[in-house]
Amino acid sequence: MIIDVNVSLSRWPNRRLPLDETPKLAAALKQNGVSQAWAGTFDGLLHNDLAAANKWLVDQCRSVDEKLLLPIGAINLSLPAWEEDVRRCYELHGMKGVRLLPGYHDYTLEDPRFRQLLSLLAEKHMLLQIAVRQEDPRTQHRLLMTKDVDLKPLLTLLSDFPNLPVILLNAVSSSAVELHGQLAAAGKVYFDIATLEGLAGLERQVQSLPSERLLFGSHSPFFAFDSAKLKLQESELPAPRREQITHLNAVKILSDL
Amino acid sequence: MIWDLHCHLNGIPGRTPDEKMARLIEVADRMQIERLVLFMGAPFLIAPTPEQFREQNDQVLQAISHWHHRAFGFVYLNPEYEQESLQELDRCVKDGPMTGIKLWVAKRCDIASVDAIVRRAIELKAIIYQHTWLKTTGNLEGESTPADLHALASRHPEASIICGHTGGNWELGIRTIRDLPHVSVDLGGGDPTAGLVEMAVRELGASRVLYGSDVAGRSFASQLGKVTAAEITPEEKQMILGQNLRRLMSPILQAKGVRL
Ligand SMILES: [Zn+2]
Repeated sequence: MIIDVNVSLSRWPNRRLPLDETPKLAAALKQNGVSQAWAGTFDGLLHNDLAAANKWLVDQCRSVDEKLLLPIGAINLSLPAWEEDVRRCYELHGMKGVRLLPGYHDYTLEDPRFRQLLSLLAEKHMLLQIAVRQEDPRTQHRLLMTKDVDLKPLLTLLSDFPNLPVILLNAVSSSAVELHGQLAAAGKVYFDIATLEGLAGLERQVQSLPSERLLFGSHSPFFAFDSAKLKLQESELPAPRREQITHLNAVKILSDL
Repeated sequence: MIWDLHCHLNGIPGRTPDEKMARLIEVADRMQIERLVLFMGAPFLIAPTPEQFREQNDQVLQAISHWHHRAFGFVYLNPEYEQESLQELDRCVKDGPMTGIKLWVAKRCDIASVDAIVRRAIELKAIIYQHTWLKTTGNLEGESTPADLHALASRHPEASIICGHTGGNWELGIRTIRDLPHVSVDLGGGDPTAGLVEMAVRELGASRVLYGSDVAGRSFASQLGKVTAAEITPEEKQMILGQNLRRLMSPILQAKGVRL
């Protein structure tokens, strides 16, 4: 059983992807043993009418496979009245969480609006996903260049929100190991394995981050799903740890909301 | 049958090349990878002196010395030192067990000394692996682009040349080297971006596409996953995962009397 916390629907801005149609993606996820996928939308990257993008996301999830696809709304803190998008995600769509894409939305985590969002989510018992990157900066389109999100400001905010689950997507890499450890210690901070690399990378990763804080994420359909799946084969982990990563941690995040 | 074109000792735990190699094989076994190609030692050196590249090649020679049934080596050279590179090529390939050449980012591959290395490689039937990247964020001074490789390869149609990382920005890399049938692409060392393998097969044909991982900087998983998840035929996957590399290496293996 796998819960994939890092999936996106709709189209990547400058490429057609083999699985960028929801029914096809859903079929591939199921075939790979995914029982639930936390799905954001690529429309969140560049669209300004996020209310429409989030409505589309919910409709897609419902019409294709409501059990499989759990919609995670996109929020852009640079937009006027972004709080209304949060309200709709929660009240209208019954979403469990929202996803930020700060690299594409021109603000840092030092922004006071980010703290406001944390308060709102904590109040509503929702989870937060922050996509630290979507694409390697070296392969980005020249006119769509963006840097990885600086996570340092998050460190000082976490103590005020001890129960808010913060899931950092595409964050894991060989750099920032120390900061990630500090973040995991300071709050309910989780990391997905989509960008985890290295020989038997998971075996190394569980030495610096507790397995309670690792989640299976594929970054499909931008990444090939098999990349994340084969990482479970490349590393030898005791079964309980492995199950934490594949689904138990994700189940617990949802049940604790 | 899986053959991995692109492996490094750097980044693998272990005090000696032998210890690193044992760990590499242990993990490769979990992924059913039969054979590995190794190049460069630890640490990575961008512009090694002749003394340094000899030492790095010694690490690889040592690492593969007990694993000839599982691993091959490519000799790491720096074209800034033409004569020393040609001597090292002879030491490791003509007189040693290595089967190819690795050129990295010391000098762009459009300089004359690379032509000299390629000419000698053709005589020895050695494969030439040239790192290429076209970075949106800007290349290193000595880092070759797919266009640099195209210029080099155009002058040497009888060479067997591999375009490292498919140029990094692979949509551009594939287009750049498409018209040169003696140039293959290495899928390794980049993110497992969906669509890469499909485009490479569509534009180049599966026979010019090679699986490589770039461990230990990358994982076997992320790089194998590009191929296993691709929407191509099972036969094409087999070619990419191992058959193509075996075919490219068979002339030099035959010349060396190596039986597979
Ligand atoms: Zn490499």
